[in-house]
Parts: sequence; C-alpha cells; structure tokens
Amino acid sequence: MNRFIPTLTRIWAMIVKEMWAVLRDPRGRIILVVPPIIQLVLFASAATLEVKNVSIGIYNRDSGQASVEFMSQMAGSPNFGHIVMYHSAQELRDALSRQRIIAGVMFDDGFSRDVSAHRPATVFAMLDGRRSNAAQIVSGYLGVIAANVGATLRPDLAQMNTGKSIVRNMFNPNLDFLLFMLPSLVVTVAGISSMSVTAQSVARERELGSFDQLMVSPLRLYEILIGKMTPPVLIGLFNVTIYLVVITQIFGEPLRGSVIMYFVSLLLFLIANIGIGMMVSSIAQTQQQAFLGMFLVTVPISLLSGVTSPIDNMPVWLQVIAQANPQKHMVVIMEGLFLKAMPVSDVLANCVPLVMIAAVSLALATLLFRSGVE
Amino acid sequence: MSAAFSPRRLAAMMLKEFYQIIRDPSTILIAFVLPLILIFLFGFAVNLDTSRTRIGLAVEDNGDAARSLAGAFQSSRWFNVVATGSVGPLKDALVGERVRGVIVIPQDFGREVAHGSGEIQVITDGSIPNSASFLGSYAEGVRASWAAQRATDHGQAGAPPISVDNRLWFNPGSISRNYLVPGAIAIVMTMIGTLLTALVIAREWERGTMEAIMATSLNMAEFIATKVLPYYVLGLGAITVCTVVAITVFDVPFHGSVFALFVISSSFLFSALGQGLLISATTKNQFIASQIALLTAFLPSLLLSGFIYEISSAPLWVRYVTIFVPARYLIPQLQTVFLAGDDWSLFLPDIGVLLLFGTFFFILTVRANKRRIA
Repeated sequence: MNRFIPTLTRIWAMIVKEMWAVLRDPRGRIILVVPPIIQLVLFASAATLEVKNVSIGIYNRDSGQASVEFMSQMAGSPNFGHIVMYHSAQELRDALSRQRIIAGVMFDDGFSRDVSAHRPATVFAMLDGRRSNAAQIVSGYLGVIAANVGATLRPDLAQMNTGKSIVRNMFNPNLDFLLFMLPSLVVTVAGISSMSVTAQSVARERELGSFDQLMVSPLRLYEILIGKMTPPVLIGLFNVTIYLVVITQIFGEPLRGSVIMYFVSLLLFLIANIGIGMMVSSIAQTQQQAFLGMFLVTVPISLLSGVTSPIDNMPVWLQVIAQANPQKHMVVIMEGLFLKAMPVSDVLANCVPLVMIAAVSLALATLLFRSGVE
Repeated sequence: MSAAFSPRRLAAMMLKEFYQIIRDPSTILIAFVLPLILIFLFGFAVNLDTSRTRIGLAVEDNGDAARSLAGAFQSSRWFNVVATGSVGPLKDALVGERVRGVIVIPQDFGREVAHGSGEIQVITDGSIPNSASFLGSYAEGVRASWAAQRATDHGQAGAPPISVDNRLWFNPGSISRNYLVPGAIAIVMTMIGTLLTALVIAREWERGTMEAIMATSLNMAEFIATKVLPYYVLGLGAITVCTVVAITVFDVPFHGSVFALFVISSSFLFSALGQGLLISATTKNQFIASQIALLTAFLPSLLLSGFIYEISSAPLWVRYVTIFVPARYLIPQLQTVFLAGDDWSLFLPDIGVLLLFGTFFFILTVRANKRRIA
C-alpha cells in the first residue's frame, strides 16, 4: 500500500511530526534558542587570553628617582589594574602565594644609584607560575617598561642602540581576542547544540518505544532519518542567522567573505554534526546514555578544534586525529570568512572534509540503525 | 516522609543507589572513562606553550649583519624557518597558513646597524591572537639578544641600562600542562557532581520512581543523603584516578597533602551535588536538566572559572558574573595544592564560599521538594 504514497509526501509528514515533537514544549523551545545566544555573548566576552587589569605588588627599598619613574610608567599602563605597595619581601611573597597579585616587583636599595652610576641595574620580578601563560605575558609587559624607563633615564645609551622590531599583525591589527572568539564560538555553539538535539530526539523515542513503531511504519529508514535531521538543521540555521546579526550589528565585526558561503558551509557543518549525533543515538538505548555519549564526543571535539589552543602546538598524532573533527575545519572557514575575506574557492576546499565527515557518519548511523532493527 | 532517622533504612537505600549506579554502564563511563579522556586531552591537546613556530624569513640585505641575524633566527629554539625568499610569496604563505609569521630583514639593515639602530619587520597571522602576540615578542627577543651580543663583541656596553630578572614561582619550567591538568580535575568534579546527578535524578522524576520513594517513610535528610552520598563517593573515586594519572603520566608535581586535596574536593562536591539536585528537582525532565546543567555548571566551569582564561581580563560585567561560578573558588585551590603546597590561608576563605553555595543549593532543593509533595 505504501508504494502509492509518494516518498515526498511521507517525508513531509515525517518532518511535520518531528518539528512538532521538538517545538511543542515551550520550555524546550526556549532552551533551543536562548542559551545559544547567551553562550555566544557571554563566552565571547569572557574567553580571552589577553592579559589586562592584573594586580601587581611592589616592594620598594630604593629611595631614588629610577624606581619612582618605573612605578609611574607601570601605573600609566592599561595592562595593570591595581598596583599594591608592600613593606617587606615576606609580605610580597605571601600576597603572591595567596594570588592577590600575579607578579611581585622588587627594587633593591641601590637601584637608582646603579642607574645614575651607569651600572646595569636590575629589577627583580616574581611571577605566579600557577597561571604561567598570563605570567609570561606580564613579564613581557615589565620588560617593555624596563626598556622605556632605561631610555628615559639614560638617553645617552638609548641613542646608541635603537634597533627594534616593527610588528604588524595581519587580519587583526590590534590582536583583539574578541574578533577571534566570535567566529570560533559560532562553530562551537552551533555544533554542540545541533548534535545534542539530534541525539536526544532519537533517544527519547527509543526510550518511549515509539521509535520501534516508526521502524515498522511504511516509512523507509532514510525517510525517517531525513525527518529526524530536518529540525536540527532548521533550528541550527535559525540560530546561525541570529549569530550573524549579533556579531555584525552588536559586536561590529564585519563578515568580509561571502554571506552565501557563510550559510553553505554552516549547512554542511550542521549536517556533519547531525551525522555524528545520529551515530551516538543509534548506539544509545536511553536518553541518559545518549546525553552522556554526546558529552563523551563533544568535549574532545571542542578541545581539538583549535579554539582553546592552537592545533600547531599539539603532538602530531593528535593533529592527524583532528582532521576527522568537523569543528576544526569549520573554525578555519569561519576565521577565514570573518577576518581574512577568504575567497569562495578556499572555502569550498575546506568544505570537502565536512562533506566527507557527513557522508561517513550518516552512512554508519544508517547501518547501525538497520542492524539494531534486525 | 517524616519518620525519625533510621540507620538501617538509610543503609538499605544507599545500597539500592549503589546498585543502580553500578548496573548502568553509562554511569561508569562518565565517572571513570570520561575523566580519563579529559585528563589526557588537557595533558596532550591543550597546550598553551608555543612550540617552534613555523616562520618565513625574508633577508633583503646581503650584508654581514643581516646574515648573522638571519643565522640567529635559523638557530633559535622558538622558530622553525620553513621558507625563505622575498616578502610577496612569504605573505601568501602566511595567508595560506603554511607559515605563522614572516620576518623581514630590510635592505639597509646593515647600514642602520652600523649607526646603532637597525629595524626588522615582523608580520604575524593575527587571526590567532595569542600565538601572534607570542611570535611578536619572541622575534624581538631574538633580535635584542643578537644586538646585545653584537654590541659586546664590538666592545660596547651591550647590556640594557635596566633589566628585569624574572623568577617564575611554582612552575619554573613554565609548563602550561602543570596548571591545566589540575584545572581539568575541577571540570571532572563538575561533570560528576552536577551533570551526572542532575541527569540521573531527573530521570527518576520523569519515570515517577521519585514519588514512590517520597511516599515511603524516608525523611528529607535521609532522602537527600541517599541521593548525594553515592555520587560523592563516585566523585572522590574519579578525583583519585585523575590525580594518580596527573602525577604518574604527566609528571605534574604534587606539593600539597592528600588531606588538603580531600577537603578541597569535598567542599566543591558539596556545592556541585547541591546544584545537580536542585536542577533535577526543579526541571524533572532529562533533556531540560541536561541543557541547564551544561549551561549553568559545565560551560561556566570551563570558561568563567579562570581555568584557561584570566578573569581579570574580562569586561566588568563578566567579572561580576564569575562571582556566582563555584568553580572559580576551586581552581586556585587545586592549582595551589598541586604546584605550591598546602596554604590554608588561601584555601579556607574559598572553602567557606563553596560551603555557602552548597548550603544555599540544598535549602532550595528541600523547599522545591516540599512544595511538590504538598
């Protein structure tokens, strides 16, 4: 009998049913749209490896002009928030170990004398290695201040050696971390939410037993899967449209590349993620297992995407594994489209791995579902 | 649900919970397998220490000085010169991500050096801001030490008038793994304490088995204890496994005491379990509980706790938000107990805050449950 009903009609009916299942619950509707936007705004603002507003402690045994000049240049730097004076080396050490300050600066009593006597003068700095990334950046700031103070107090020396490096940062001249984080978060948030909607929707039906009913209905397996894929794709596209508006209109970061490629690449990316979500849900028997399985997959995927730390820094075997990670390829595309005006041909070249991941994961999910039924 | 306390009943209920956990493979998966995966990822994949950066080198001057500086870059342990030639093609290599930066030693470099100056240009890929800023300062470091060496060789005072003597405390080798792996233990605790607890108990509400328990003569304290203690034990088990792996596999130093680690972990688990119970009691739906646990516990622990991203660098409103992230009070304690040793003057205030969080969550949970029953 089912052969008299055209495939398209059946798929349409399946899609309508799935959209109802996802959007029926008002709390569920809110969960699908509001948290992804909060995540984008909150985490883009919070997640920065820049170091600003840090608290620095000073213990000054010097009574001359050089340390005063040094401290006033520190106070003038936007990178240092609070500068706290301590009265002994012990106090400074305690403040550092209690993380009241990230660095402690000490001037010896002969500091100014050394500078005026044209002897090399040394500033001692202790830094908190428990936050070594930030501490190293702070040490860089102190080095720059030392050089400036040296040039101010010893113009004779400064004239002798004025070599320097002129640094030019392409694509993001001020190294604004937000410009990097916003495109990356589109990938992370859209990827995770589409994957989890897929996994949960299949697992829920399995737990309730209605998935078996679907399987014995006239619907073919691929029709069921297309029906299951549609809501996460549509919700995902809806969310990334909002992201595009928020990023360009509220944060003011322009999309330098093609808008069409933004949607085309994200569509492929969503399908690849949904494929992985399907694989997880084809193995999981209950919602709980599906959620935990999702978690097992999404945490490595996000950490191997190059957003938290560069792929370049990873061991080679992990760099190879990262090739199978849709987020890794999508981050390259998004950074390219927002920051580098990546040409269409390059975007398409980076889409090839996404298509492959989508094809393999959907094929595997179909096989797993089929073997589960028989 | 108001009978007097009975140790026998408590023990029986506890036993039931333990069986429930042990018999579900997905719980074991999240309690032991996922923590290990997480620790390995933070040990291997998340690496903020810039390794040898791939750069291109354009030497436009064929003089003595330019060649010698080029040699300094070739032999630097921070850089891996993978391409040489003129600036044009090297910039293309930068856009194509084959190199992360280009160093240009310009035409009249030799003449400038003879006059005591000598500028070089550093072009970086600003689309990865943290790497770009390290590249800029390492390149200047190579140039400056080359210039100082050259000045000394020519009998001039090479040393700058003021230098900074940096000491990195607690992590002298500046290995980011040493603070990322202890931080990952905080993520593991959040996973088990909040995510797993919220999910498992929401399932009991969904299936109605919770009402069945409520209808027994179990009193509220016993009820909460039976729900909380098994996950507390599970959490401590996972922490033990993670700590052993951190110390043996990743050589993370452990300077504190096991007792301190136990006290710190317990105070955090108290708060995390309270949060998990509260989420399950207020949502009573697995999908919504899982999404809320992700949004209010897991992601904030990862991004708003100072674990990877410095809190002080975030905008003011985000810094206020982090006050309500319990993990923020755990991360410094964990990093300290591993890298610095027991420092109760740092631990106790944070432990106090965590206990407050926990008490608050438990009171809300009790109220939510009472209301449902009434």
